[in-house]
Amino acid sequence: MTATPVIEGWFTTEAEPHLLASRCATCSNVVFPPVSTAAGAAAFFCRNPACDGDEYDAVELSRRGTVWSYTDAQYQPPAPYIAPTDPYEPFALAAVELPEGLVVLGQVAAGHGVDDLRVGAEVELVVETLNVDETGERTIYRWKPVTA
Amino acid sequence: MSDVSKQVGKQVGKQVVIAGAGMHPWGKWGRNFVEYGVHAARAALKDSGIAWSDVDFVVGGETVRNGYAGYVAGSTFASALGWNGARIATSYAACATGAQAIDAARMRILAGLSEVALVVGADTTPKGFLAPNAGERWDDPDWLRFRLLGMTNPAYFALYARRRMDLYGATSEDFAQVKVKNARHGLNNPYARFRKESSVEDVLASPVVSDPLHLLDICATSDGAAAVVLVSAEYARKHGLTDPVRVAAVSTVTPTFPNTVIDMPLLSTDSSAVTGLPERTFKEAIGQAAYEEAGIGPEDVDVAEVYDLSTALELDWIEDLQLCGRGEAEALLRAGDTTIGGRIPVNPSGGLACFGEAVPAQAIAQVCELTWQLRGQAEGRQVEGARVGITANQGLFGHGSSVILAR
Ligand SMILES: [Zn+2]
Repeated sequence: MTATPVIEGWFTTEAEPHLLASRCATCSNVVFPPVSTAAGAAAFFCRNPACDGDEYDAVELSRRGTVWSYTDAQYQPPAPYIAPTDPYEPFALAAVELPEGLVVLGQVAAGHGVDDLRVGAEVELVVETLNVDETGERTIYRWKPVTA
Repeated sequence: MSDVSKQVGKQVGKQVVIAGAGMHPWGKWGRNFVEYGVHAARAALKDSGIAWSDVDFVVGGETVRNGYAGYVAGSTFASALGWNGARIATSYAACATGAQAIDAARMRILAGLSEVALVVGADTTPKGFLAPNAGERWDDPDWLRFRLLGMTNPAYFALYARRRMDLYGATSEDFAQVKVKNARHGLNNPYARFRKESSVEDVLASPVVSDPLHLLDICATSDGAAAVVLVSAEYARKHGLTDPVRVAAVSTVTPTFPNTVIDMPLLSTDSSAVTGLPERTFKEAIGQAAYEEAGIGPEDVDVAEVYDLSTALELDWIEDLQLCGRGEAEALLRAGDTTIGGRIPVNPSGGLACFGEAVPAQAIAQVCELTWQLRGQAEGRQVEGARVGITANQGLFGHGSSVILAR
């Protein structure tokens, strides 16, 4: 039983993990989620309307960003969400503004709730277990409050 | 006639007139959507005094939850009313479905290809959270947001609400006060599903769904239907429709890159690094395009029907439509300006708070309410002297709309 990302190609899994993005080779516009064959999209078409680029580089995004906003899920979301615990335990969510100029939504690291967050506060990327299935732990990126 | 009405009336010969409006009451009736749609269509036709046989174009708002009949809603309603040879179309634009359907009807009339168009939206909805379609779909953001994050619709509404609190000092009491206002507005609306007063204490005592939003801050999903009959200005004149309500603008613009406000069901925004921030957010652009098309400004608006999927979202819309400055909507609310009798009443129908959302019908229902308001027929909830009204909504995947009516 090993830990594998729940989705291929969206984030790295080393001790200090990064989100992976696709950067247009023509205009440098960055998109997340990245172009990913695992997610059913192999071709890249730049989303900047002033650019017709169709080649990209895989790049890592900054590990730290600031909270754009945050909330939580007090009730168990419907499938295909898989609750890791029974009974269900609420978890927090944050939208995080990265230096690359985009906002990325993610769950908040285990053990942290809305009381630990504030618009403008600093968070950093971690990788944690989302759920466990027959292959073992399935991991996901999460945002963790940075305590000064 | 006010200066504004004159201004909006400049292009009267080229404008489209609302000859009739009708609805089926919102609720959880559990019956087939076609039944609701035909009920609303017949009510709108009756209101217009125009015979079904005179309708030459039918546009249906698609419902994605009711099988093939829902995918071909234009055909479904035309067939249920009894084939009369009219041309048909079906629109799907998420929450803006009804406005896109109205726009399709308007275009055919303005092009001189149709004289009388019937626009119908109806839905039958499931209970609870709106969940994605079944199956494993790793290339579908609407599926991924649940699988990877457990991100429900209320969680998106909660992100916007929390931002208002941290940036502008909004409180849970403010959000509750929107519910209190809309509940009172909807008390006398015969089409509203929930017709009961709410107190601030009721809202705050209801369970938190997604912090900071309570259950009573979030709109339900409902069954319901709405329909309008649109005619050319010439047809209206010929048939003695004097001083009718006119469609002054239908805005269905899409976002302009970079779209920097996170939108349901996406997991990220565009990056603003290459181009800088856009002049307007998507929601601001929706309203601005409507004002420009109508040739009026926010100061000319007497009444607004906006998409209060959550209480806090109504406050966002008030600012997006430029009815006040950014961060000032709570002050407007607290002063009673958005209550019937105030400076700029918002959601006199009771809004989604009293209706619950019936997606393909909702944008048409907003237009029905404004039609009745501008005619002075909104009994028990009338905004006195209203001559110009605006609607607004926004849904998934770059869909949104704003309609301006004037009389
Ligand atoms: Zn490019």
